[in-house]
Amino acid sequence: MIDIQSLDLFYGEFHALKNVSMFLPEKSITAFIGPSGCGKSTLLRTLNRMNDMIKTVKIKGTVTIHGNNIYEPEVNVELLRKRVGMVFQQPNPFPKSIYDNVAYGPRIHGTKKKSELDDIVEKSLRDAALWDEVKGDLKKSAYGLSGGQQQRLCIARALAVNPEVLLMDEPTSALDPISTLKIEELIQQLKEKYTIVIVTHNMQQAGRVSDQTAFFLNGEMVEFSETDTIFSNPVDQRTEDYVTGRFG
Amino acid sequence: MKNFELQHIQRRKRSNRIMHILFLFSTMIGIVTLGILLVQIIAKGSGWISLDFFTHFSSRFPEKSGIKAAFFGTLWLMLITAPLTFIIGVSTAIYLEEYAKNTWLSRFIQTNISNLAGVPSVVYGLLGLTIFVRLFDLGRSLISGALTMTLLVLPVIIVAARESLKAVPNHQRNASLALGANPWQTILRVVLPSAMPGILTGSILSLSRAIGETAPLIVVGAASYIAFVPNSLFSDFTAMPIQIYSWAGRPEESFGQLAAAGIIVLLIMLLGMNLIAIMLRNKYQRS
Ligand SMILES: Nc1ncnc2c1ncn2[C@@H]1O[C@H](COP(=O)(O)OP(=O)(O)OP(=O)(O)O)[C@@H](O)[C@H]1O
Ligand SMILES: [Mg+2]
Repeated sequence: MIDIQSLDLFYGEFHALKNVSMFLPEKSITAFIGPSGCGKSTLLRTLNRMNDMIKTVKIKGTVTIHGNNIYEPEVNVELLRKRVGMVFQQPNPFPKSIYDNVAYGPRIHGTKKKSELDDIVEKSLRDAALWDEVKGDLKKSAYGLSGGQQQRLCIARALAVNPEVLLMDEPTSALDPISTLKIEELIQQLKEKYTIVIVTHNMQQAGRVSDQTAFFLNGEMVEFSETDTIFSNPVDQRTEDYVTGRFG
Repeated sequence: MKNFELQHIQRRKRSNRIMHILFLFSTMIGIVTLGILLVQIIAKGSGWISLDFFTHFSSRFPEKSGIKAAFFGTLWLMLITAPLTFIIGVSTAIYLEEYAKNTWLSRFIQTNISNLAGVPSVVYGLLGLTIFVRLFDLGRSLISGALTMTLLVLPVIIVAARESLKAVPNHQRNASLALGANPWQTILRVVLPSAMPGILTGSILSLSRAIGETAPLIVVGAASYIAFVPNSLFSDFTAMPIQIYSWAGRPEESFGQLAAAGIIVLLIMLLGMNLIAIMLRNKYQRS
């Protein structure tokens, strides 16, 4: 479904992604692993064009989603981002109520009817496994939630615009182990409906949640295959060194 | 402990105490002077504050004098200046901070705006005289005064609004953009609500400074002796600080007391505006 072909990305002179090609099947979970600075976040941001905001960025190659190159000039970035949602490393709810956080996306895209919004909010919060904890007080400020709840709220907010793809950049790195576990379970469930890409520094997490794993080093994709293969029987020596912890 | 170490410690303690007293003293100079000034003004002027003071125009006879013309003049000035500066100032800040961030043009404009904020107010008066009174031929009118005030306040509001916009964390913008919002939706629904308390406070504080400005209005041609309330944008006008200045210049004792009464009213207006600023800030911070 997502097909990345010979992708090169430059920050000014700096070559941050080098000839990356990979195919991410529909309704699968892909993990990006690799040492800090190897380009995982950069690659993730090419998938919803959040790199557009950085003025120095130059991109070569193609990223096609359902056969359409998202870097064609006529592509509407807003609609692309509606289809390809994103969850950030730090939980970043808006300083608004829980309800308004989740309803933000649908409102942006033109949903006005209260009943419709109510339904979307409930469904999204249920899908993000947060509904039972907050249903009594949707008018409460999102800032009153715990870090783990805030992150699930951000997931609900991303789901509310009904995306096909969900990009997650180290979604649990700011969370405690129990919240982390909850989110991992959640990611497993979301796989039924969404294509998920997750960046993680946590090897166990990649092993637990993902179907396939890509290992990056200095902007190159060293190895990409089934998660089991990457962890138990990698082809490249560098992959083996990294996943066994003998590296960086 | 050795003897000289003890001495050293005692010396440091002593110098700390001396500095403490010195700083306290400096603080007191300001507070005491302000206190004496306030007490004097209130003692001098409070007897003159009555309903008549607000319903009468200025007159040759102190007993018949009031600040009606000046009070409404200042009110009108503020009613025109406030929305103008707010709209232009916030729009400029949004352009510089959200659309043209870090471009050559925006850096150039920013430097100039920061410099303009420090230009003496009388220079704005001369600018207003040249542009509004003469070039646009608006005459020595309320609108000339208000536009001059707008120029005067604008740089300060732009700087305040920019600071507030800058204080909105980038992850808020990214969260909105990643949901498919366009930049304008993001500004309207995420950035501005977060920045609004700071913008409002900055605006009101800079307006409340402008309310006491005398020099630019004198240059633009506010009259000091007017016996009517401005009835159009092109009326002659006067303003509180000018009325106060003109009364204070009179040799008669009772005009001095009238000036003090005018100052009290001006101070209350200032306090009122600052109070509004504080209330707005608290209101937005709670929600
Ligand atoms: N906005 C930017 N401008 C210039 N260089 C950048 C920018 N963002 C990232 N880089 C550089 O690109 C490289 C890849 O960065 P990226 O953030 O993608 O790494 P990462 O793999 O996500 O690292 P981490 O695990 O620490 O998050 C790094 O060397 C980084 O310094
Ligand atoms: Mg990263």
